[in-house]
Amino acid sequence: MLFWFLLLCVQLMLGWIRASELTFELPDNAKQCFYEDISIGTKCTLEFQVVTGGHYDVDCRLEDPDGTVLYKEMKKQYDSFTFTASRNGTFKFCFSNEFSTFTHKTVYFDFQVGDDPPLFPNENGVTALTQMESACVSIHEALKSVIDYQTHFRLRETQGRSRAEDLNTRVAFWSIGEAFILLVVSISQVLLLRSFFSDKKTTTTRVGS
Amino acid sequence: MEMKAVVSCTGLMLLFAWLSPSQALYFHIGETEKKCFIEEIPDETMVIGRYRTQLWDKQAGSFLPSAPGLGMHVEIKDPDAKIILSRQYGSDGRFTFTSHTPGEHQICLHSNSTKMALFAGGKLRVHLEIQVGEHTNNYPEIAAKDKLTELQLRVRQLLDQVEQIQKEQNYQRYREERFRMTSESTNQRVLWWSIAQTIILIITGIWQMRHLKSFFEAKKLV
Repeated sequence: MLFWFLLLCVQLMLGWIRASELTFELPDNAKQCFYEDISIGTKCTLEFQVVTGGHYDVDCRLEDPDGTVLYKEMKKQYDSFTFTASRNGTFKFCFSNEFSTFTHKTVYFDFQVGDDPPLFPNENGVTALTQMESACVSIHEALKSVIDYQTHFRLRETQGRSRAEDLNTRVAFWSIGEAFILLVVSISQVLLLRSFFSDKKTTTTRVGS
Repeated sequence: MEMKAVVSCTGLMLLFAWLSPSQALYFHIGETEKKCFIEEIPDETMVIGRYRTQLWDKQAGSFLPSAPGLGMHVEIKDPDAKIILSRQYGSDGRFTFTSHTPGEHQICLHSNSTKMALFAGGKLRVHLEIQVGEHTNNYPEIAAKDKLTELQLRVRQLLDQVEQIQKEQNYQRYREERFRMTSESTNQRVLWWSIAQTIILIITGIWQMRHLKSFFEAKKLV
């Protein structure tokens, strides 16, 4: 029972799993910033992908607490950036769609801070694992990367699917619009031609000049 | 004695689970601004969201530790744009839902500030954490409840992960079907509308010629 209590204490001290994965909509001419407090020496990864909108590109910028730009890319569709926090403080990363005038974008990002907390922390810290346990750990890591690949595949598939749905509605509207324009143009052509010849008595000199 | 310790441990763990995120990602929103996040998830997936808000103090020039008197309204829509959760929470809150249809769910947050958008110059700092699927499982709690050994807990975690992968693959099959249906519908539309437009073109051409011919005959020009 003491073990459980110690386990609880360690769990309390470890805090939450620090991986934030969010998908949000970025309107045109807008910028959205996210902040996170990170302690020195923590290895962090920022991964982002544009899901829908325009040319599927966005500006991304990552700054450390001093304002030094650690990562800056313009009009990127997908990227992954790993860094180690050089100092304590609030790190800031921003996504900007300010170059776009009317397309709003949907952006997905995954910000991983540190490693996942150990599942079953031991009182003495890291001890040797049995063969079964280390096999479980490697399966766990492999499954994590499978889930990660699945997420990225899903996002790419969403891109293709929303383009196809857009095309579908656009084909319908354009076809109806074109048929309508066709009818209007042909009827007005006939009416215009008739109007050239109907005032024959007063405009005989003007016709044919 | 042991039972009491287990119960108190579980109670403490549950209490901790309820505490808002102190170290999560945060962002700023205006007082009356609405911020939405999209979660594309398979069906029967549990989602837990936790947030904490801080209000900007103009006098002090910094953020207060909490947002007194200000609550947050959480609205969750399912892929068919039907509202599945629409509730007001306090300045710190926790919301949870389970999806019943696969697709894009939208989680929207806005504060219940009654000020007009023009006058509400305040800023809110929102700490947010959303956990989906197998990340919602609290393994130490499961271990305590079912009395699992370390190996059993690891295997349980692997089982949960594999279950999530299976659900995602099922969802993938459903999405591919939708994509295929959309493509086939586009194909049909292009085909039929092209035929229709060609027919309209030919008919209007014939009508034009016949109409003009009879018009010129009437005018004795032909």
